[in-house]
Amino acid sequence: MAVLPILTYPDPRLHRKAEPVQEFDGELRQFVTDLTETMYAGPGGVGIAAPQVDRLQRIVLVDVRPKLGDDCHGLMILINPELVAWEGMAVGREGCMSVPDFTGNVIRAERIQVRAQDGEGRDRFYECQGFEARAVQHEMDHLDGLLFLDRLVSRKTDLFRRKQYQPKKK
Amino acid sequence: MSQALLTVIGEDRPGIVAAVTQALYAADCAIGDASMMRLGGYFTIMQVIEYQRDFGAVETALDPAVKRLNLRVHLDPIPSLPRQEDVANVRVTVYGADHPGIVASVTDALARIGFNIIDLESERSGNPERPIYVMVIQGSAPGGTKAVADVLEPLKISQGIEITVHPVDTVLL
Repeated sequence: MAVLPILTYPDPRLHRKAEPVQEFDGELRQFVTDLTETMYAGPGGVGIAAPQVDRLQRIVLVDVRPKLGDDCHGLMILINPELVAWEGMAVGREGCMSVPDFTGNVIRAERIQVRAQDGEGRDRFYECQGFEARAVQHEMDHLDGLLFLDRLVSRKTDLFRRKQYQPKKK
Repeated sequence: MSQALLTVIGEDRPGIVAAVTQALYAADCAIGDASMMRLGGYFTIMQVIEYQRDFGAVETALDPAVKRLNLRVHLDPIPSLPRQEDVANVRVTVYGADHPGIVASVTDALARIGFNIIDLESERSGNPERPIYVMVIQGSAPGGTKAVADVLEPLKISQGIEITVHPVDTVLL
């Protein structure tokens, strides 16, 4: 077991796109074990993605039990994850181990369905909502080289967003 | 390196931020936290700046922009303070028919429970004959969401305003 060093912005390596996992072997499972330990050692400790430790593979871990207790899926090992459905929009404040000290508002889907593989390569399917769905989306962004900084929204824009009505034609 | 708080206001028009920040940059100033927004028909800038040369040099550098754009500028030297540790854990949204006392009554109630306002934005809006007031406050409430909701509850009737209190959950990942 090992806690791996975390890349922090402005490290350009955080903007690279990760490759799918092909080999589900002992080395992969050892890495997942190390990544899990690294996640739990972090300040939030509820999610991590492989590119954050400089491994360019599509691997995400989420475990929101520290926040939600047992009202969630527990530890999700999401390898080659795909969002297959999403609905609802919510603004929420996010922070990231790779962006120390800064937090900001980001819009995410409220409910998502994710297809992924586990450490053994078996197919998995999860439905997540709220906090857990937000964590999964945040971590999956790392696989495409995106940080929550890429999705920041102005609070004013969200909360005071005005509908522009067309004036009625006479 | 010294710090100052710079306030700039002027009739809103394109180019104010560019003119002010270019002048600061040319005078070797660095911009820290800033809030820049239009209030009424005016554009307002409040920002922490760090300056290398003397205070007077900052004012002199801003002078051409001030004259050209008809700005008013105020510069306060400030000591460097440690970053505040408290983070917003509650957001309060208030709206209702506009009348004097909305902000005063809401913030007085919040002050009584030790709520530290980190930011407040409000807007007078709606039909000019029947204006509405919309306000969003974010801050840190030592007693959490419930304490805030409880202390504000009586104002819904006494002030005739809608108040909602939301937790601000920061997802640290």
